[in-house]
Amino acid sequence: MTTFRVLYKSTAVRLSALYIVLFAICAAFLVFYVTALSERILGQQTQDTLQQEVSDIQRAYGRGGMNAMLRMMERRARQPGANLYIIASPTGEILTGNVASVEPGVFETEGWTLIPFRYERYSEGGATTDKHQANGHVFVLDNGLRILVGRDLGEPQKLRFLVRRALMVALGVMGLGALVIWFGIGRNALKRIDRMSAASTKIMAGDLSQRLPVGGSGDEFDRMSESLNAMLGRIEKLNEGLRQVSDNIAHDLKTPLTRLRNKAADAIGRKDEDGRRAALEGIIAESDQLIRTFDALLMISRVEAGSVAAEMSFVDLSAIVADSVELYEPVAEEAGLSLVADIQPDVGVQGNRELIGQAIFNLIDNAIKYGVGADAGARIRMRLVKEEGGIRICVADNGPGVPADRRDEVTKRFVRLDESRSKPGTGLGLSLVEAVMELHNGRLELSDTDPDNAVARGLTATMVFPAPEQ
Amino acid sequence: MNHVDQTAGGADSGCSPSMRDGMVASMKILLIEDDLEAAAYLTKAFREAGIVVDHASDGESGLFMGSENSYDVMIIDRMLPRRDGLSVISELRRKGVHTPVLILSALGQVDDRVTGLRAGGDDYLPKPYAFSELLARVEVLGRRKGTPEQDMVYRVADLELDRLSHEVRRGGKEILLQPREFRLLEYLMRNAGQVVTRTMLLENVWDYHFDPQTNVIDVHVSRLRSKIEKDFDQPLLKTVRGAGYMIKDEG
Repeated sequence: MTTFRVLYKSTAVRLSALYIVLFAICAAFLVFYVTALSERILGQQTQDTLQQEVSDIQRAYGRGGMNAMLRMMERRARQPGANLYIIASPTGEILTGNVASVEPGVFETEGWTLIPFRYERYSEGGATTDKHQANGHVFVLDNGLRILVGRDLGEPQKLRFLVRRALMVALGVMGLGALVIWFGIGRNALKRIDRMSAASTKIMAGDLSQRLPVGGSGDEFDRMSESLNAMLGRIEKLNEGLRQVSDNIAHDLKTPLTRLRNKAADAIGRKDEDGRRAALEGIIAESDQLIRTFDALLMISRVEAGSVAAEMSFVDLSAIVADSVELYEPVAEEAGLSLVADIQPDVGVQGNRELIGQAIFNLIDNAIKYGVGADAGARIRMRLVKEEGGIRICVADNGPGVPADRRDEVTKRFVRLDESRSKPGTGLGLSLVEAVMELHNGRLELSDTDPDNAVARGLTATMVFPAPEQ
Repeated sequence: MNHVDQTAGGADSGCSPSMRDGMVASMKILLIEDDLEAAAYLTKAFREAGIVVDHASDGESGLFMGSENSYDVMIIDRMLPRRDGLSVISELRRKGVHTPVLILSALGQVDDRVTGLRAGGDDYLPKPYAFSELLARVEVLGRRKGTPEQDMVYRVADLELDRLSHEVRRGGKEILLQPREFRLLEYLMRNAGQVVTRTMLLENVWDYHFDPQTNVIDVHVSRLRSKIEKDFDQPLLKTVRGAGYMIKDEG
């Protein structure tokens, strides 16, 4: 009973029950309509036949008098499945015919009997027990005799009965089938839902690696499970990222804080004014670096949260890339690299100029920092090009590059492949670029500049913006 | 508090730079900041830099003080109790108070700058910031030093920059600069005698509003420096450690 109550609560079962009821109503309506229609047609046919008979009999009477009429009626009455033929006196007594008796008053009105009348037929043994119903047409001869030509209603009634029984049987089978299917589906659905809630209970308990069961049939449940699983995967990834970020933050902030503390201790210990001043300046520089790190972290999380999306406008990428080349060219030169650029003019996107600028600056900055590995001719090539697949801003260096299996890592916060951390930086540059590209529905691609060169494969970082809609 | 040195506020009143240099009275600023600890620190730090600070801890009293007294610069936090920082600024502007305003913001979102400047702010600094950055910006906003903006020719010692003809001369000898170097020098000379930070240079010369995390600006400044000092004995463009740069006539 409880199963039934639970079943009834399930939406699928309730919906299918509703469908069954609706279908049954429609089927019943259809069947009744069909019977009514066929009865009407059948009735019309009866009337037409009787009309024909009546005029035949009248014509026979007109041509050959009583004898001819009687002969015709007798002949017709003998045929199998014959109509009813009665000749009655003006008072309504049956004189002759293939009927034993009729309901009184049938002969009183001429024309069609509006209501079916009851009659008794001669049965095989001559007894007059069979009761039937018939419809008929009465007419009066000039000698006062009344003639009735009628047709038994047994046939249409049988048809109606048959149709109704068929309907009942069909409805019964349908209902039974529906009940079985309903129970089956409902129970199946319930089982799967139970499994899903079991899995989600585990997830709620904190095990984000759990996934909802997928049956493999590709039905609605599977589709729902799959999309929920995809969501869980994303949540797990975000959660993992968050955990990693906080781990990294703790680690990466502890180091400079320790340095800061040591420098402060050193400053206190200094007796000479110059040494103390230098130590204090070191503290300021260290603090500035910390502030920068926090700034960058905040900026990334804001960009990721999309809260800067409101500040979108048309951005002239050609101008930004030109700006960045102009800004960084002297820096690159100072670091012993050449910076060359190939900028397609008049390329722009909807976006945030500040963020895109900062992203490009970060890439150039990285290229300058890590691209110096090449023996001679360290070079950064920048390219802005608008293609079918989107707008690409490439910053390519010919330094040692990043191994393919570590490329996913380098965009994570605080990840720096150079373990010694000898180069200045927050370890957040590429994270910001990636966040900025995501904000612009684009992506950051990392690839080898020269895959054939084993020593200096180089890194090409490409900001890919989706092609602007026309 | 009622006594305000009006002559000091009239940086644009036509005094020659040398005259003003001689009579730099202490600058007076209004700080509207609800974080009392930060306010105490800033007040002390500004005082050490020779700047007098009045402090208001909420929007309403800040608005009252800002409209009753005159200041050289106001520093207004964006998020204030009783009246939002931006509404304080627009109300002050409505009342005809045109004192330069620097907006401090903990939000630091990119569009904060735009909304802040739209509300009538003159400069914007997101938290966290270095005090040297705030000080440099307040001094530039106060415009006690430097060159009046309407001057067509900026002069520092024997260095001359003509804003119309885009010519730079030192000791009568022409110095050829790239357009960006010209703008860099122009900004430094307009704020002669004042510290300008790297962020301020990136903002005002390149129009990008973030902290240049590397030495990009330094490289440009040193290139400029070599061009204007190469053949001359007297250095003009100084590096202020931990803060930024300053162009100044030491003679």
